[in-house]
Amino acid sequence: MTDSSDYIVDLQQITFRRGSRLIFDGVDIRIPRGKVTGIMGPSGCGKTTLLRLIGAQLRPDSGAILVNGENIPELGREQLFAARQHMGMLFQSGALFTDLSVFENVAFPLRVHTQLSEDMIRDLVLLKLQAVGLRGARELMPDELSGGMKRRVALARAIALDPQLMMYDEPFVGQDPISMGVLVRLIRLLNDAMGLTSIVVSHDLAETASIADYLYVVGDGQVLGHGTPEELMNSDKPRIRQFMQGEPDGPVPFHYQAPDYLSDLLHREQK
Amino acid sequence: MSVMSRIALLGRAGLDTISALGRSGVFLFNALLGRTRFGNSFTLLLKQLYAVGVLSLAIIIVSGLFIGMVLALQGYNILVGYGSEQAVGQMVALTLLRELGPVVTALLFAGRAGSALTAEIGLMKATEQLSSMEMIGVDPLKYVIAPRLWAGFISMPLLSMIFCVVGIWGGALVAVDWLGVYSGSYWSNMQNSVEFFDDVLNGVVKAVVFAFVVTWIAVFQGYDCEPTSEGISRATTRTVVYASLSVLGLDFILTALMF
Amino acid sequence: MRTRNLELVVGVFILVGLLALVVLAVRISGLAPGSAVNTYSVHAYFDNVAGLTAKAKVTMSGVTIGRVTAIEFDKTRYSARVDMAVDSDVNTLPADSTASILTAGLLGEKYVGISVGGDDEVLADGSEIYDTQSALVLEELIGRFLLNTVSKDE
Repeated sequence: MTDSSDYIVDLQQITFRRGSRLIFDGVDIRIPRGKVTGIMGPSGCGKTTLLRLIGAQLRPDSGAILVNGENIPELGREQLFAARQHMGMLFQSGALFTDLSVFENVAFPLRVHTQLSEDMIRDLVLLKLQAVGLRGARELMPDELSGGMKRRVALARAIALDPQLMMYDEPFVGQDPISMGVLVRLIRLLNDAMGLTSIVVSHDLAETASIADYLYVVGDGQVLGHGTPEELMNSDKPRIRQFMQGEPDGPVPFHYQAPDYLSDLLHREQK
Repeated sequence: MSVMSRIALLGRAGLDTISALGRSGVFLFNALLGRTRFGNSFTLLLKQLYAVGVLSLAIIIVSGLFIGMVLALQGYNILVGYGSEQAVGQMVALTLLRELGPVVTALLFAGRAGSALTAEIGLMKATEQLSSMEMIGVDPLKYVIAPRLWAGFISMPLLSMIFCVVGIWGGALVAVDWLGVYSGSYWSNMQNSVEFFDDVLNGVVKAVVFAFVVTWIAVFQGYDCEPTSEGISRATTRTVVYASLSVLGLDFILTALMF
Repeated sequence: MRTRNLELVVGVFILVGLLALVVLAVRISGLAPGSAVNTYSVHAYFDNVAGLTAKAKVTMSGVTIGRVTAIEFDKTRYSARVDMAVDSDVNTLPADSTASILTAGLLGEKYVGISVGGDDEVLADGSEIYDTQSALVLEELIGRFLLNTVSKDE
């Protein structure tokens, strides 16, 4: 609790299983307030799961998830929905409501959570859309937008209620260099201008390292290492070095677990 | 496969079914109970009433008309052999009000509106729209699911009554205008034998029960589906199959209780 | 606006649905509210009603003048009591009129036919028609016919 001023999110000894597969095994992660924290790791290591745990869309098997000092998994349904109003999340696909226009998508959180007048809502929506550079696209429907624009609209929607915590789920996947650059700039800019705390989950090393103040590397259900990008780049732990340098083989083997190659080939004849 | 593992498999399937039933019960409970805080919940319901009810109107009217006409034709051919063709109105009306009205409407409703509901909700799930709604702090059970459930509950009994009226009118078209049954005896025979409380209201009660079951199944299958394209297509199929079977099974039970 | 059109369309839909219920009630099941006010009730005892049902017609010279309201078995008289509601316009039925149960067609619906008597007194609300003729039961007719033939032969 004493840490709640320095750390907005505090994951303590999180264990999470999906079916029989252990995704997290006693993970401790602390997200410093006001900073951009990157969470990196190879594909399929449960990075997205981590965000869903913080947003309480999933519940851990054990451990505590403190957001602003509240243990999220123990909240009731009503309190949980109240707590989520302070969180914004940018989904991989953008997840815009397909039956609403860009304007209405951004206005959605305002309409359901506030009693603002139509004029106020209009001003706020235009403000948010201006921040992501899509004020001119407000009358379009989501299926008329490109992938990058969708993600920017989704970003405008996520910050509509001025959350304290923004979570980005793989924001750079499938983006062309230009929209990637736009997103990188936006994440940094919003974080600093609005006094947010940002969590960026990604496996895009260069982009994440370029905006993050602090990095966590996860894999095999564990935190492999954490530190500033420079510290991790120069880490002497082999797993972290392999990931940070992008080496194809190393502690994470190139080959999926398999029997010996030669005996596997010969095995067919024995059959 | 050994006998034991087969038995274990059967047991697991049974447990899965029971847990799905439990999940759907909790789902319904959470969606319908508790208050909604959205100022626009009426508009949401309105949109769904349009999508679920008004858009199903065409298929209901056309099917009702044809089923009534066929009933009259078949009934006439049989009754004329006993010289009681004037009872054809009574036959058409009772058949429609007690059985075919609610049952056929429910089956058509499952095919037309139910499958659309499942696919729509499944797609919203697959594209993370439901998750992002949760993260905005809006409960999708209240915002997406509840209006669809209510729209189904309200629309289907109305559709069933429209179906009956159109069917009886179609029967009159064939019997009176085409086959020459005296129109006075068509209607008066009908009025003599149809009891408002026993026949009409029991039919409406059936329609209400079917509406509840079909909509529940459709919406739950969408919400519970695996968020992939195969998952959605499987869920849509399940909606039509489960809903149709439940309607036919329940119809037997309700008929045994009522008539 | 678009919402306005939506409201209108959905409103029409619900209205049509409710109208259907009204049609089912009034036109199909003949539930006519207030019609009971303009009738008076008479009753009659029949040895055999054989298929007469509530809501069956009560006719005179082929014209419907009322409806059967209830049929029940009177356990003291061992016969069926039929209650009828007759239109109050028809208030000149002689007290000794006859009520018989007839069939429309060979297998058609059963109804009550009333034939006029000669009494000066008229049937009033709650009075009984004493002179009744039960329904013809086909088996009884055939049985009687066979019996007659057999006794003639002897």
